[in-house]
Amino acid sequence: MSLFTKKHWQRRHVMEAFMKFIMRVSLAIVAGALGLILWIIIVRGLPSLSWDMVSKIPEGGYYMGKEGGILNAIIGSAYLATGGTLLAMLFSIPIALYLKTYLGDSKWGQYVRLSLDVLWGIPSIVYGAFGFTLMIALGMRASLLAGIIILAFIELPIMTRAMDEVIRRMPIDLEHAALALGSTKLEVALRVVIRQMLPGITTAILLGFGRGIGDAASVLFTAGYTDRIPTSLMRPTASLPLAVFFQLGSPYPEVQQRGYAAALILTIIVLAVSLGSRWLSARLNKYTVK
Amino acid sequence: MDAHIQVKNLNVYYGKQQALKNVNIEIPKNQITVIMGPSGCGKTTLLKTFNRFFELTENTQLTGEVLVDGQNIYDASVDVTEVRKVVGLLAQRPSPLPMSIYDNVFYGMHIHKMKKDRKEYKAAVQHYLEIAGLWDEVHKRLHDPATSLSIGQQQRLCLARGLAVEPEIILGDEPTSALDPISSQNIESRLLELKQQYTTVIVTHTLRQAKRLGDYVIYMYLGEVIEAGPAHEVFNNPQHERTKAYLEGQI
Repeated sequence: MSLFTKKHWQRRHVMEAFMKFIMRVSLAIVAGALGLILWIIIVRGLPSLSWDMVSKIPEGGYYMGKEGGILNAIIGSAYLATGGTLLAMLFSIPIALYLKTYLGDSKWGQYVRLSLDVLWGIPSIVYGAFGFTLMIALGMRASLLAGIIILAFIELPIMTRAMDEVIRRMPIDLEHAALALGSTKLEVALRVVIRQMLPGITTAILLGFGRGIGDAASVLFTAGYTDRIPTSLMRPTASLPLAVFFQLGSPYPEVQQRGYAAALILTIIVLAVSLGSRWLSARLNKYTVK
Repeated sequence: MDAHIQVKNLNVYYGKQQALKNVNIEIPKNQITVIMGPSGCGKTTLLKTFNRFFELTENTQLTGEVLVDGQNIYDASVDVTEVRKVVGLLAQRPSPLPMSIYDNVFYGMHIHKMKKDRKEYKAAVQHYLEIAGLWDEVHKRLHDPATSLSIGQQQRLCLARGLAVEPEIILGDEPTSALDPISSQNIESRLLELKQQYTTVIVTHTLRQAKRLGDYVIYMYLGEVIEAGPAHEVFNNPQHERTKAYLEGQI
């Protein structure tokens, strides 16, 4: 008799096969849905995608117009998402480091995390309405600046919590090594924790950016919409999600098709930013301690 | 005896549990002191009171004094970063910082602003890598990640990094226990070379290492110092039954 007999289908083997099956089905559902979305956007949007679409502003109005392009929305979205992300970074990195370095798992730390989680879950339309109320109180008009600020509000909890989760996984030995050399806690945070966590922080920023560039409801209230490219922070601006929304809402099939093209452009921008940040985080990964 | 560290009536508690019980010892200057004893006897805790590292654990309490050069490092006026600059630590497992080999040595000198310009820093990095016996192996790849080194090389890098901030005291918390025999031997011979200039305190659980390195020996058991004295006296003529039993391998 040989040492290894033919595999018997015991309970544990059946269990493994079953679980593997479930995991594969889940993956297939998600990948399939994504594929389907991409497929619809491409099939319906590609025919309308032309050089004019990305290089001209709308002719004949964004709602009815069949001519021109959506450069106003592309540039508007780039301003909005970049501005919102930078502003959110300015606050979320210090908050995340403060949470890690000084609050830790204390009661206050838990309270701040809970608050951020609640903020994360609030629908963007609520942020939009909040921003709108605030603007009225301050006597502000719909503007690029208001859009940037409200997007920063939306991105802040996502970025902070994503960074927090990454930073919490920081190996304690590394911190101790830096402390043993006589570092202050601030030096540990700025010179060691950030370096170790850069790839994770990049991912967190990307998550925030992705939410920012894709959000329609909040900018509808705060940044407005216009056919023009914004020339100052105080002017209203168009955005890609709203370009999709308005054009899809049009009764003309040609304009609807332009809506799909706008969606395709938005998807390509998100893809490009994701790939770029992946490349960046792979480079930043070089020195991190595994 | 010319004492570099004096410990007076030291008690340490983790929560309600007492980890150190009324410890009174003196650590001689420019010698290697070895702290030994069975697991859980408090030897690492004692070591960590010398650079105020034990207070990184939450819910700890300490009474008594630890004097370095006659000054109590637990005095409220003492800056803890100064203490840790003077009292360096070589940890159980090497933990290089997430940066290049060069920057690992540069880091400590830089935060303490110890040199004037780049040239001086560069010379100092080379100097300390040479002392740690690592220069020849790494001088061609100073800008590679520190994690690309072997574990033994990493520990020597940590030694260079620790020496670069010009401490007076080196603490070693079982500094060779994660290393292979050749790397361990390498670290041991570095420590023996350095003992003329530094006061060294090593925690070890291997008796043979204690005998190879120790000039002065502290034997601990259940949070108490049972016996302390010059190595030849403690090893050849232990005064206490427990020490005798430990040396004979009964514990």
